[in-house]
Amino acid sequence: MSNFFTDNKDLQYTLNNLDLEEVVKLRENNYKEAEQFDYAPENLEDALDSYTRVLTEVGYVAGERIEPRARDIDQDGGPTFKDGVVTNHPLTMKNLEDLKNADVNGVMLPRQYGGLNFPVTIYTMMTEMVSRADASLQNLFGLQDIAETISEFGNEEQKQKYLPRFSSGEADGSMDLTEPDSGSDLQSVRLKATYDSKKDQWYLNGMKRFITNGCSKVHLVLARSEEGTVDGRGLSMFICEACPELVVRRIEDKLGIHGVATCELQYNNVPAELCGLRRRGLTKYVMSLMNGARVAISAQALGIAEAAFREAKKYAEEREQFRKSIDHFAPVYQMLTDMKMKIVATRALLYETTKVVDLRNDYTHIVNHSDRKDVTPEIRKKQKTYSKLAAVLTPMSKALATEVANQVAYDGLQIHGGTGYMRDFNAERFYRDARITNIYEGTTQLQRVAAIGGIVQRTLDPMMDEFSSLPYQGKLKRLSEKAAKMREQSREAVKFTAGKEQEYHELMTKNLVSMETNAFVSYLLLRDAVKSPEREIFAERFILDAVPEQERLYNVATSGDLTLIDDHKDIVDY
Amino acid sequence: MKRQLIVFVKQVPDTKNISGEAMTPEGTVNRAALPAIFNPEDLNALELGLELKDRFGYSVIVATMGPPNAAEVLRAALYRGADEAILLTDKGFAGADTLATSYALSCCAKTVKNYDLILCGRQAIDGDTAQVGPQLAEKLEIPQVCYVEEVIELEKKKIKAKRSIEGGFEVLESQLPALLTVVECNEPRPKAAKRIMKYKKAKTASELKKFHGNADYTDAPMLTEEEAKLKEKNLWIHEWNAAKIGADLQRIGMKGSPTKVKKIQSVVLEATEVVNVEPTGSGINKLIHELIEDHTLG
Repeated sequence: MSNFFTDNKDLQYTLNNLDLEEVVKLRENNYKEAEQFDYAPENLEDALDSYTRVLTEVGYVAGERIEPRARDIDQDGGPTFKDGVVTNHPLTMKNLEDLKNADVNGVMLPRQYGGLNFPVTIYTMMTEMVSRADASLQNLFGLQDIAETISEFGNEEQKQKYLPRFSSGEADGSMDLTEPDSGSDLQSVRLKATYDSKKDQWYLNGMKRFITNGCSKVHLVLARSEEGTVDGRGLSMFICEACPELVVRRIEDKLGIHGVATCELQYNNVPAELCGLRRRGLTKYVMSLMNGARVAISAQALGIAEAAFREAKKYAEEREQFRKSIDHFAPVYQMLTDMKMKIVATRALLYETTKVVDLRNDYTHIVNHSDRKDVTPEIRKKQKTYSKLAAVLTPMSKALATEVANQVAYDGLQIHGGTGYMRDFNAERFYRDARITNIYEGTTQLQRVAAIGGIVQRTLDPMMDEFSSLPYQGKLKRLSEKAAKMREQSREAVKFTAGKEQEYHELMTKNLVSMETNAFVSYLLLRDAVKSPEREIFAERFILDAVPEQERLYNVATSGDLTLIDDHKDIVDY
Repeated sequence: MKRQLIVFVKQVPDTKNISGEAMTPEGTVNRAALPAIFNPEDLNALELGLELKDRFGYSVIVATMGPPNAAEVLRAALYRGADEAILLTDKGFAGADTLATSYALSCCAKTVKNYDLILCGRQAIDGDTAQVGPQLAEKLEIPQVCYVEEVIELEKKKIKAKRSIEGGFEVLESQLPALLTVVECNEPRPKAAKRIMKYKKAKTASELKKFHGNADYTDAPMLTEEEAKLKEKNLWIHEWNAAKIGADLQRIGMKGSPTKVKKIQSVVLEATEVVNVEPTGSGINKLIHELIEDHTLG
């Protein structure tokens, strides 16, 4: 029996040690929901028990059902497209049926709309397990995020109309943002929304491209509602349903994530309804939607890394060369250790992020949806603090997780040797699937740009202050001193670049984000080690590996070397 | 009245994941060392029952005979969609062979009274007898269709089912009520998240007593109160003993079991030599002759 939750010690450790008390209490409105819903928790213990049970079942579905189907779906090329109709692979349909029966299509939605009202943290754990089983399926599972967006910003009528359909698994969704000429730069979106005042109805006209599951039943669409505008402030968000006017023109032939259709859409006067306020489409709603999606892609990447690591480990233990299994050779066990460490580090950062995102979401929800008198200054302060933290940690996690997934998939294939290059093994699928994670929902380069503001403002310092004052002793004390030095280097490098011209700052953003990540993750692992001695090996390994890397990043960032800016064109053009 | 069906299930040791201590030195199954699981084909029977619930609006009652902790397998059925659960538990039931078991289950079915269908897994992975289902049908004097793969039609008074036979299948029609034994013909649905969170709180009377420090109903009136609350929320797992189902004490458990285990032997199959047979007519003839000689054939 394969269970992707119960076989994953690190994931279980994370759930049991994350201290979700505040998150759950806020989410459950101080456990008042239990009076109304027979499946709502009565207290923290009850909630954690429920999370564990549901995660165990999702782990079973992932391990026993989804994973064994993944290779066939990939090799058959996933969905088919004929006469404008996208049809999912029959095994994908079985996966969706299993997820529907497991009742995990409205994981974070409020209970009144049939949801489970789980925190982002628990949903992200599901995401990780589903992705470990089949990364492309995650792109269907994860689109329940759009229901979450309707839940937060839609009106009551829209919530009642759409959310129960998502919760029951009847409706699937897509988020239609990208256009042929608007990728990273969403401000330039052109798809036109026009309002017919006689009919009191919006209509959409234009094109969208690279739309994951663009054949869905319910679409969230970013469109230009304000004629004559050219920037993000002229964009609004709309909900529309699949209809004859919404045409799937083609589906893409991709390197990886074969299990899900990536569609090109044409809108020929598609009736739509406005979601939320006009002009807030990109600035508020899509940013919120994308922040959620970035967490999900981080977990997708982590799931792929976990799968790639396990296959490589298994192969290395079974493959014999020179009369011993290859995991006995230093270059191989070095790779395996490095892969595992990257996974442990990523998981620590990701779930610290989801916890902060949960607190941000819950306090924001209180601020936006409560009576003014209930919103105390303390609540407002927390909402601000967690918003700032989430704004740094979300892109930082995505940059780390998705780059790690690529490196781990790369090494995983390497450990397989020539066998890994063949399609008979899963290693090459992980390699292909991982490759999109650091591109979509914002490239790694853009994640760094998103994170750097908070790093310059030293947003993570209060958390690191807290971690640095924990009672470290012996080896951990020595390691904490190294962590403190890494943090100091990060801080100094930020100061140094701040005094330089903009272009130098842009060049060094990569280094600055990596340095802050090294320092922060060191502290997360140290914190775990103080609590659980078994985790000391992780803190030690991570910090010993990070110190020389930090040194190099620091030296480069503080070199003040402008030659790249001066010479790059000559070099590139030679 | 809502149409009902009963699925009889069994909690079995996980014989697929055998560890070193799976057998006791005496050669019996070491139940303590093996995790208890939902008997796989019973899960297929439950799935078939739940499909009938989806298709025809049946109410699904799930029942098992076993020690008090067999309630776990009933909860697992509730998580998947069963509507009601019955635990048959009594010291008197212990040590039952298939005859005594099917007798006890028949008393249970008679106590439930209204049912169109009884579903059982083809066989349990601990005994592999495949006898309980057919014996139960005989005791209830209802028709049986064994090795069912699919229910094709279900009308008010009859059922049409497809069953697996050697080399193919056949379609049979039967009057209702009827008993079906089910083979591995479907992928049982996963447990549903909301149902897990709800029904994890479902309890039997024994569990309720145990939860309150083995309190007794006579001196702890809160038990009655809590029982009423659990019933109101549909979280009550019926716990029936031999008296409740009107079972003849001579026909249940060890007393009602004519099967006596004389000896259990742990057989380890080992090939000692390899024989090459020429792929010619005479080679085959020689092989057949040898097999007849050592009484493998004929």
